[in-house]
Amino acid sequence: MASRVIMPKLTDSMEEGVVVKWRKAEGERVESGDVLAEIETDKAVMDLEAFASGTLLKILVPEGTTVPSGTLIGVIGESEEDIKDILRGSPPPIPPPSEVEGKGGGAAPSAEALASPRVRTLAREHGIDLKTVKGTGPGGRIVERDLEPFLLKKEQSTVREIPLTQMRKAIVRMTTQSKAPVPHFYVTIDADMAEGLRMVEESKKAATPFPLSINHLLIAASARALKQHPGLNASFAGETIRIFSSIDIGIAVALEDGLIVPVLRDCGSKTLEQIVEAERSLVARARQRDLTPEEYTGATFLISNLGKFDVESFSAVILPPAAAALAVGSVREVPVVRDGKVEVGHRMTLTLSCDHRVIDGAVAAQFLQTFKQALVRARDL
Amino acid sequence: MPTKVTYREALNQALKEEMQRDDRVFLIGEDVAYYQGAFKVSKGFLEEFGSRRVVDTPITELGFTGLAIGAAMGGLRPVVEVMTFNFAILAMDQIVNNAAKIRYMSGGQLSVPIVIRGPGSAAHQLGAQHSQSLEAWFCHVPGLKVVAPATPHDAKGLIKSAIRDENPVIFIEAQLLYPMQGEIGDGDYTIPLGIAEVKRAGTDVTLIAYSKMLLVALEAAEKLAQEGIQAEVVDPRTLRPLDLTTLAASAKKTGKVVIVEEGWPFAGLGAQIAESLYRRVFDYLDGPIVRVTGRDAPMPYARNLEDAAIPDVDQVVAAARQVLYRR
Amino acid sequence: MLLIRRFEERTAEMYALGKIGGFCHLYIGEEAVAVGAVDALQPDDYVFSAYRDHGHCLARGSDPKRVMAELFGRATGLCKGKGGSMHLVDAARRFLGGYAIVGGHLPLAAGVAFAVKYRGGGQVVLCFFGEGAVPSGACHETLNLAALWGLPVLFLCENNRYGMGTPVERAVALYSDVAQNAAAYGIEAGRVDGMDVVAVRDAVGKAVEQVRTRQRPYFLEAVTYRFLGHSMADPAHGHYRTKAEVDEAKKRDPLLLLRTRMLSERLATEDDFKRIEQEVAQVVREAVEFADASPVPPVTALEDGVYI
Ligand SMILES: Cc1ncc(C[n+]2csc(CCOP(=O)(O)OP(=O)(O)O)c2C)c(N)n1
Repeated sequence: MASRVIMPKLTDSMEEGVVVKWRKAEGERVESGDVLAEIETDKAVMDLEAFASGTLLKILVPEGTTVPSGTLIGVIGESEEDIKDILRGSPPPIPPPSEVEGKGGGAAPSAEALASPRVRTLAREHGIDLKTVKGTGPGGRIVERDLEPFLLKKEQSTVREIPLTQMRKAIVRMTTQSKAPVPHFYVTIDADMAEGLRMVEESKKAATPFPLSINHLLIAASARALKQHPGLNASFAGETIRIFSSIDIGIAVALEDGLIVPVLRDCGSKTLEQIVEAERSLVARARQRDLTPEEYTGATFLISNLGKFDVESFSAVILPPAAAALAVGSVREVPVVRDGKVEVGHRMTLTLSCDHRVIDGAVAAQFLQTFKQALVRARDL
Repeated sequence: MPTKVTYREALNQALKEEMQRDDRVFLIGEDVAYYQGAFKVSKGFLEEFGSRRVVDTPITELGFTGLAIGAAMGGLRPVVEVMTFNFAILAMDQIVNNAAKIRYMSGGQLSVPIVIRGPGSAAHQLGAQHSQSLEAWFCHVPGLKVVAPATPHDAKGLIKSAIRDENPVIFIEAQLLYPMQGEIGDGDYTIPLGIAEVKRAGTDVTLIAYSKMLLVALEAAEKLAQEGIQAEVVDPRTLRPLDLTTLAASAKKTGKVVIVEEGWPFAGLGAQIAESLYRRVFDYLDGPIVRVTGRDAPMPYARNLEDAAIPDVDQVVAAARQVLYRR
Repeated sequence: MLLIRRFEERTAEMYALGKIGGFCHLYIGEEAVAVGAVDALQPDDYVFSAYRDHGHCLARGSDPKRVMAELFGRATGLCKGKGGSMHLVDAARRFLGGYAIVGGHLPLAAGVAFAVKYRGGGQVVLCFFGEGAVPSGACHETLNLAALWGLPVLFLCENNRYGMGTPVERAVALYSDVAQNAAAYGIEAGRVDGMDVVAVRDAVGKAVEQVRTRQRPYFLEAVTYRFLGHSMADPAHGHYRTKAEVDEAKKRDPLLLLRTRMLSERLATEDDFKRIEQEVAQVVREAVEFADASPVPPVTALEDGVYI
């Protein structure tokens, strides 16, 4: 299904934006998350990411042009797809917020057509001329079902709707608050986990009360690297960049119906043993939903590990106030060449999402170098 | 582990826990102590709390409601049980002119943290004076909060919030709900006042219903599902202040709204809910909101007439079809 | 007493000037009841009144400035301009309010007494009301409950002979001894000359003491008279009573009685009265000036305070 590329409304005050540069050309393949264009808002130039994968079928607004927020500026779809409908109905700009949710005041598309308010709204959004629609409601009123053939083919409703839990609402809020205004960029490396794995095995055999896990090593290595690169233990604060003295690492914990990010405070001054103990109890309580809000807010750095789901690599959404999030994949056995011989090596792919307002690429790369070294020499942690 | 209890037990637990928690909380009303409540909500209270805190009154609704309002002004947290809300009419002056207004009239110097609770709405064949839904009367009055829970879980969580609230709260139960079973949360949980809940998610039509009518709406939704219509059932739970955000979101999504209420149609609460929704989401409605209400007559005694006077599942199903333009 | 008298005379003037609106019921002629009764209370006792409440509020020690500002409907009023003449409240002085539904505040007074008893406190609640409230259901329900539960409340019935235009004998079956209405509930009852401030103080003092120690309600009838109309909208006399009757009553003006007595017993001199008169005039003048200079409440605050 074709997807619209819209001039976003990235801030409350943003009314319009400039397409500074298209980073993809018409006909070019795009993946969800790819940077499509550079957009200048009232505050800054930002990357506009694609929300869908496919081919950039059409560019509607040339570079250097200013258009109101909400304007259709391009279409992504499958190469042969018919996008006439989309092109016909450029949606209206986003209305200013008001007590009344709706598009009050808009003139009826056709003077004669008797149509429900919902139909008028839909017709405006989809560019449908109501004169061409036959009404089947009382007195010939055009009602929603009469529009169905005109609307973009909706997905057949095998969908099951689940009301949002409070946790889901919080996740929606946190992630969208992050993803839209925070210009993310991503840096990926592989790390050698041989030493780390050995330590985890030993700890398991020793049957200690608090066995060591890969996550503990990641936390300790992050703390080590953040100490050396405090520029990542930071937050964008509008007019300033805030550097935190305490390294408070949030660990994403999956729950049945969502996720929670308990925060391990002051990792910079903790030994590995202390990290192990603190993490175990925090995560256990997180699983029982027994955390106070202070315990799951305000992380200055984030770690999300999907390794146990056999995920090779992925990228994470940054949750402010943190400016960086580390996405961790599984440990893979790979052939490595050592001393001219091929051996089995253990590699893990790490992707760091960074807030470009705070962190630049080179800094992120240096951080990852330190981090990687720390893991290679895990015993020193 | 969630446990199953009746609506009556849920209230009993909640009131008991609140009285254990706070010595200022006491229960006052007709036959609440030795008789253990006309509907046995206060079973075991006299034994546990004694007659200082479980106070039987003579049959003087005006007198004891007013007295309890005074006790609230004097620093206590009374829970007044009206044997049924039909009799609360005798205390209407105290509720409207005193409880609701004292805080405002005194420029905020005084407050009245009181809960007035008991069963409202119709039961079976009780006749005109014992079967009526008067929530609209109370909802009309600024200064009052009005709550009408439909499930044991909501009853427990909401009565606790009502008792802890600083404002006068009218808490309307229903005789026919008392024996209904349902799962409730663990221990000392509260449900904030003024928050609606989507009791069943759906995409095609919104059914808004509270108290006993929620059960009717849920049953109607089941029936509609058999026809391939996915009804979303929303329970406001608190009638004042009304959670318009949740109601409007559902109305906006489906574009079709049915409001089910047991009270009389003229100037009933559904009219208010409809007006509020028209103001918020007019442009998303696919047709007029339809109300399913009680009939415009005193409640008749004869079984068949009574059945006809109270909204039932078929009426709700028919109303849903109507807003969907199906016949 | 003099303060209340002069304050209300100025109130009438301000009403005529349009500075004060709505219903406004003056207490002129009845001052001895409020002053004598409140004088017999402890500071932590509670007081309730009906809508003719300026006198009770001032007798309880409320700041005349803030009372006048409330009458003016100003933000500096006791109730921020939201109460008005009939709904004065001064919680700090435990004056819990003026109430304008006849009889409606009696249950409240009993309720505060209930709270006092519940918590084992030693306070007494003094509840003023007119004889017009006596036949109401609210009154009888409250008397019954107070007697039943032994609540520390003193019901002080200000019998000024008329409820608006209806004389007591056409409203209360047991009119010749109004307190008999309470006696029916086993409540101890008494009667006092409400024009004699000293007698009121003595009677209320005794009654309050009894209420406090015995934890039983008491009903006291104070026989008094209102010199002016029922409210500002009324002439002093009309169809329901004659000028001669009013003039006759004024011979027992409580201020006059006290003054005569104090002079004859040499408790005060003419000069003392002159000085007090000047002091009071000053206080009342300042109250009016304060009220007049005060801002009206902001319209943005209209819906504030409906809920916490
Ligand atoms: C329940 C009620 N009914 C009627 C009125 C109108 N009303 C106001 S004052 C009054 C007379 C009350 O007389 P009384 O209680 O003796 O007090 P007084 O005015 O003599 O001080 C009436 C009938 C009212 N305020 N409340």
